[in-house]
Amino acid sequence: MSGFKVVQPGLLTLIQDAGRFGHHRIGLTTGGPLDSLAFKWANRLVDNPMNTTALEISFGGLVLAAETDAQIVLAGAEMPLKINGVEQERWHAHKIKAGDKIEVGFSARGARAYLAVSGGFQVEHSFSSSATVTREGIGGFSGEKLQQGDFLQCNPPVKHKGYRLPESDRPDYRDNISLRVITGYQQHAFSEYQKRLFFSSEYKVTDRADRMGYRLAGPEVKPAVDGILSEGICHGAIQIPADGQPIVLLNDRQTIGGYPKIGSMIAMDTARMAQMLPGSRISFDEITIDDAHNLHCLAHIRFNNTEPEPVE
Amino acid sequence: MNTTANHFRIEVAGENALIIYFGEKTDPRVSAQVQQAVTILETELSGKLIDMVPSYASLLVIYNQLATDHLAVRSCIRKVLGQLEDCDSSEGNLVILPAYYSTESGPDLEALAQRADLSIEEVIKIHSEMEYRVYAIGFAPGFAYLGEVDERIAAPRLSTPRTKVPRGAIAIADRQTAVYPAVSPGGWNLIGLCPTRMFDPKATPTMPVQVGDRIRFNPISQAEFFAQGGELGEIR
Repeated sequence: MSGFKVVQPGLLTLIQDAGRFGHHRIGLTTGGPLDSLAFKWANRLVDNPMNTTALEISFGGLVLAAETDAQIVLAGAEMPLKINGVEQERWHAHKIKAGDKIEVGFSARGARAYLAVSGGFQVEHSFSSSATVTREGIGGFSGEKLQQGDFLQCNPPVKHKGYRLPESDRPDYRDNISLRVITGYQQHAFSEYQKRLFFSSEYKVTDRADRMGYRLAGPEVKPAVDGILSEGICHGAIQIPADGQPIVLLNDRQTIGGYPKIGSMIAMDTARMAQMLPGSRISFDEITIDDAHNLHCLAHIRFNNTEPEPVE
Repeated sequence: MNTTANHFRIEVAGENALIIYFGEKTDPRVSAQVQQAVTILETELSGKLIDMVPSYASLLVIYNQLATDHLAVRSCIRKVLGQLEDCDSSEGNLVILPAYYSTESGPDLEALAQRADLSIEEVIKIHSEMEYRVYAIGFAPGFAYLGEVDERIAAPRLSTPRTKVPRGAIAIADRQTAVYPAVSPGGWNLIGLCPTRMFDPKATPTMPVQVGDRIRFNPISQAEFFAQGGELGEIR
């Protein structure tokens, strides 16, 4: 058996693939990486298919002992990567050997980083995915976050190429940005004034920000209705409970709920928001669904046409 | 009969999601139409769908933006909605769930009966005589929202939710009833326990019910409950 031993699990490290789709009808949420762009890059830089199982490291603190030869890469938040005590570049594939120690320190900027290994981690699928959703107890190892002593099994090493993403192509995880929202759902239950207030105000990420949703604090926005008949909630939906403070719903959200929603944040921007720590400031920009569609398709084309550099 | 098309409303939900509203309140006929739309859209949008979430009177349709767009999906939905029949709402499977109603298995049974000015036996009779419909599944994996309970035994959620509700707990909130599929926190009124697993990731199918099914509770004794593998579980 070859793979990696978890010496120290970090604050919140989760086994994730691209997510669990097609099971909303039995109440299962999607899970999957909060920052799907960094996740996709991690897999691509070690020559893996896009849905390969990797680790989502929130905030940092992960230490692994390699019991296999492989290539690894760390993409996403600025968490210092050390191999055998020597600091190494992120967004860059590194060859490692059995016996090596891999340390991911705490983040200087950003909240989520993705560690991928050539060939991927071998984790049993439940409902067609390895994605861990702790709230449901599904995916990963018994639906739990990584624990000390866990063993991450890998495919035996094969010839994988390794790449480095040039710095100019890496996302930046700066704070204080504007995130794009499409109005929708119960938007008509919000007056013009309430909508303007929402789109012109600054909100702060509170400490109640997790994989289910990011609760924000700022000017109260009040819809004309208190509750609605429970209905399906899509990724990025912004619900406004009675206290008027928006909650942006993310990968581990409940699939249905009864709070009014003003619209939804686009996935490119939930990925950016999920890199923010409590106290970060954000504001919202209203865009149309046409713009959102074009942005999504262009981002896909940009990703496919960005060529990483091969590394030795 | 095809008079329903005018009642529909299609709204944008997110960058790759539209939501169809079929009505504004809990109604078995509306729910039956949601189910019909699920079945047809599954075929019509085959290869372009990511997922769908049917609920009481709405259907969230999530599509792959790289395969289609909101204009094409909207037009497909409109076409499908035009074909919906004003269908019979009693078409789903009938599923019988055993129910061990007692003060031992349902710590809120007595208070609920008092509130309603009924005896415990009457509450049990009213709850078990009604045929319910599965309107939605969500909140947690396998959590089926069943409706509607008789007005006499409707009860508001607890002011302080419990931190631990056992698996199998039969509960009432307003005019909804449900069986907790797993140990979880919960604020519904607990009136009994059901030995049937409502969600088992290892079983096929994983759930004994699906949206649109009809449910009836069959009162059983403590002995039958244990014989069917029921466990009392911890309540906090």
